Amino acid sequence: MRRYIFSVLLGLTLCCPVLVAQTPAAASTSDRLSKLEAQVAQAQSSADNAWMLTSSALVLMMTGPGLALFYGGLVRKKNVLSVMMQSFAMMAIITVLWALVNYSLAFGPGTSFIGGLHNVFLRGVGLAPDPDYAATIPLQTFMIYQLMFAIITPALVTGAFAERMKFSAMALFLTLWSIVVYSPMAHMVWGKGGLLNASLGGRFPTLDFAGGTVVHITSGVSALVCALYLGKRVGYPREAMPPHSVVLSFIGACLLWVGWFGFNAGSALGSSPLATSAFVNTHFGAAAAALSWALAEWIRNGKPSALGAISGSVAGLVAITPAAGFVQPFSAILIGLIAGAFCYFMVIKVKSWFGYDDSLDAFGVHGAGGTIGAILTGIFASSLINPIFKDAKTGTPLPSGAIEGNWHQVGNQLVGVAIAWVISIVGTLVLLKIVDVIVGLRVAPDDEVEGLDLTQHGEEGYDFAS
Amino acid sequence: MHKIEAVIQPSKLDAVKDALVEIGIEGMTILEARGHGRQKGHTEFYRGREYTVDLLPKIKLEMVVPDELVEKAVQAILSSARTGKIGDGKIFISKIDDAIRIRNDERGPSAL
Repeated sequence: MRRYIFSVLLGLTLCCPVLVAQTPAAASTSDRLSKLEAQVAQAQSSADNAWMLTSSALVLMMTGPGLALFYGGLVRKKNVLSVMMQSFAMMAIITVLWALVNYSLAFGPGTSFIGGLHNVFLRGVGLAPDPDYAATIPLQTFMIYQLMFAIITPALVTGAFAERMKFSAMALFLTLWSIVVYSPMAHMVWGKGGLLNASLGGRFPTLDFAGGTVVHITSGVSALVCALYLGKRVGYPREAMPPHSVVLSFIGACLLWVGWFGFNAGSALGSSPLATSAFVNTHFGAAAAALSWALAEWIRNGKPSALGAISGSVAGLVAITPAAGFVQPFSAILIGLIAGAFCYFMVIKVKSWFGYDDSLDAFGVHGAGGTIGAILTGIFASSLINPIFKDAKTGTPLPSGAIEGNWHQVGNQLVGVAIAWVISIVGTLVLLKIVDVIVGLRVAPDDEVEGLDLTQHGEEGYDFAS
Repeated sequence: MHKIEAVIQPSKLDAVKDALVEIGIEGMTILEARGHGRQKGHTEFYRGREYTVDLLPKIKLEMVVPDELVEKAVQAILSSARTGKIGDGKIFISKIDDAIRIRNDERGPSAL
């Protein structure tokens, strides 16, 4: 940027004799200047848009096939397709809903709690940027990027009721859930006028860079409610239900890790140094958490398992999500180490204390990981990485998190966490009840024993004999 | 004619097959099986839940041989499949009423 300005000024100085001598040249120089400024802006926009479109693709990959494989491998063979189908269904259903109404509810102008209907049918969502959201990329890029988040969030919830929920009930429930739980939460944290929006002057600014509260707490806590409401799988916990393919889960987890670079670094909404910070933090968080979970397992069971290591990395990715664009790299490592151990504890100990059947640990990893991540963000946020709070008069950066003396931010984080928990619990309970009455939630016990692939979809996942 | 059924360790399959071919037995059926005798299983851990796996992978060979080859076949299997540890497997012998070649209706020991 500076070099462009310098060369423009130099050019002007050299042109001075010419300017004095011939008047028409003056108009052409300032024309050229405007053109140059426009080209510079376009160059930046191109760079940002390229990264954002790539990030959007990466986040979609997290759902399909990342999450589909990760979850698919964890269930019994007879249910592998049903789990994949649930993630895929979100890719299809949420996309259409987003275009119809959910984008407007999440990101359209409205109240502090929810957007309005201004942007239904994507009205007003064109190729020009919206300066409040992302000044250098087309609004449609922003919209499609956010859509990928809206897709994966309900897909995460499916982990709680895997192997026992009717496909029709799941489709209806998650459709309503995306409207009643996801869109309001997204609006509050990221939307214009949102109650918790740290960038746009929310009343309780919650630092949530890429969706620790919006995506992980809502999905994880809703998952817990679903698991409790639906009850345990037939035969749980007496019968052994080990994963039918840790290999599939492994592939899925690695795709999640790589895709998460789009999820977190893309939340910088441009190809800036902030995107680099988020990218680096994401990677360090994942690696550190994989180590701490594997180590905890090694100590407890005598052997580190592949499933444990990959579960740890996912827990770390979840926890670093709210923090990615706010913390220093070594804070990211610390957050990862804590999250791996904490989520391990939640899945191994707390789940058996309470005895709920959260089939794929959506709560243990996403709900718990998102909660601890959001709180740790309030502690480790640094204005050196991201000067999100500025003095209103002078514009100088203010302390972000507790490590800079702003303990107040931890309180704000807790408000955001609490709201996420409450909206998830209340919204999920009400919707489950409604869907239960209309369609019925669980498959018949005989169908559950036979397997959902056959009974819900008329298919078999594997037919090696043929 | 007698049927020989042998349940062996999967790692011994190649050795047993080679030994049988060497004494002139080429027709056999091989099945992947799971089972156990007195062999204990092992525990696996998935996300903190312990699973006891006591159905262990085995290979079952089935072959129908002429009477004069039965003892030679048994010796071939014994020497190639034995490790000396629990889990080596078992051999069962039963009488066969008839054998028929599908290709050309041939019956009796010449169909083997």
